[in-house]
Amino acid sequence: MGNTEYIKPKNLNDLLNNKKETEGRGAVIAGGTNLIPQMQEKIKSPEFLIDVCDLQELSQIKEENGMISIGAGTTIADIASSDIINVKSPILASAARQLGNPLVRNRATIGGNLADASPAADTAPPLLALEAFLFLESEGGGQREVPLEQFFTGPNQTVMKANEVMTRICFSEPEHPLNGGYIKLGLRKAMAISVVSVAVMLDVEEGICRKARIALGSVAPKPVRAYGVEKNLEGKELNRDVIEASANKVTKDISPISDIRASAKYRQHTSSVLLKRAILEARDRGKK
Amino acid sequence: MKKYPMHINLNGEWVEMEADAGETLLQTLRNKLDAVEVKNGCGKGDCGACTVILNGNPVNACLTLALQADGKEVVTIKGIGSVQNPHPIQKSFVEKGAIQCGFCTAGHVLSAKVLLDKNPEPTRDDITEAISGNLCRCTGYTKIVEAIEDSVLEAQSGRE
Repeated sequence: MGNTEYIKPKNLNDLLNNKKETEGRGAVIAGGTNLIPQMQEKIKSPEFLIDVCDLQELSQIKEENGMISIGAGTTIADIASSDIINVKSPILASAARQLGNPLVRNRATIGGNLADASPAADTAPPLLALEAFLFLESEGGGQREVPLEQFFTGPNQTVMKANEVMTRICFSEPEHPLNGGYIKLGLRKAMAISVVSVAVMLDVEEGICRKARIALGSVAPKPVRAYGVEKNLEGKELNRDVIEASANKVTKDISPISDIRASAKYRQHTSSVLLKRAILEARDRGKK
Repeated sequence: MKKYPMHINLNGEWVEMEADAGETLLQTLRNKLDAVEVKNGCGKGDCGACTVILNGNPVNACLTLALQADGKEVVTIKGIGSVQNPHPIQKSFVEKGAIQCGFCTAGHVLSAKVLLDKNPEPTRDDITEAISGNLCRCTGYTKIVEAIEDSVLEAQSGRE
């Protein structure tokens, strides 16, 4: 920490050059809400800190041609209060409102939440349910789009390469943005790492589920899609029995562990309970 | 240690200093600028005792690098009122008995101030949400919430 060098790029181009020049020894810092405590505890001691917290280019929320695009440097507070996000993807706004606490939300960013890749990352389950993809860019025009379901490889591990910077998170505007549900179970109402979190997006036509996208956090080495439950719901009438039976099948899609916050058994049990509630919420919210 | 020059507008006055890359705003405020009204409770973003207002938003000073505050406005509890001329929220805290040891108080008052500036008529839920990043080990929060509600009512009667 004593020898760390500080770099503040003025624009995205400079940022990508800085990332390349520091050859894997440079850590991008945005809100720093994860990185700073780690540095203070000497868990991480990057040679270079590349500060993006004031890069306007990385913190725009846009709606273009049916696509929602969120700059990776957008703060969680701005996402929570964004009209676009609240109207087009309320489950993401809901997750943003429950992340950390108001002080943390004023600094933490969506890119940081994903790049840190905690299995409990609050923004991950809603983004998975929205089928989001990430733009990873590198110097020299390098750019790849990675679906979020392929981004996480394990606890705090992602596919990002040393010379890459996450610039945007994108998803198609849902046809029925209100048909979503998000529930975070934590040991406190604020400042809580989730014990289980669930996000659901549904397409429902005349009571029949046409499409289901379901994701959970804190129940596997990474945030996961519940593909089994999705397949089980699709094509069926969304009555209570169907929902309950499908929600109970979630145990096959998850692999929770026991840790300081909860036992694996408790997580197994509450995953079904919360999933049932979230599916009901998603089904009923769009109703007039 | 590599040091970098920077300046912040601290409670209305520009001050210049040097910071190293890993130094937090909390460390700079307390150790270099003698702004010891900003308390170090946990140093890792869990308690809110170090709350300051950075360019209008309440943040944990321990979760902000000093260099990330370069060129910005930093307001501490000293910037919103004094003993002779307390901010209305400070007055309510005193009158309602919302202070025991006082360690969390500055953080709570600053979080409440930004809330009331943005939302002059908050519900009780709005209040508890706004202070949900500030922990208190003494009071059990009841009088803190009452003090904030009191300052809302005082402001309303002041407007009428």
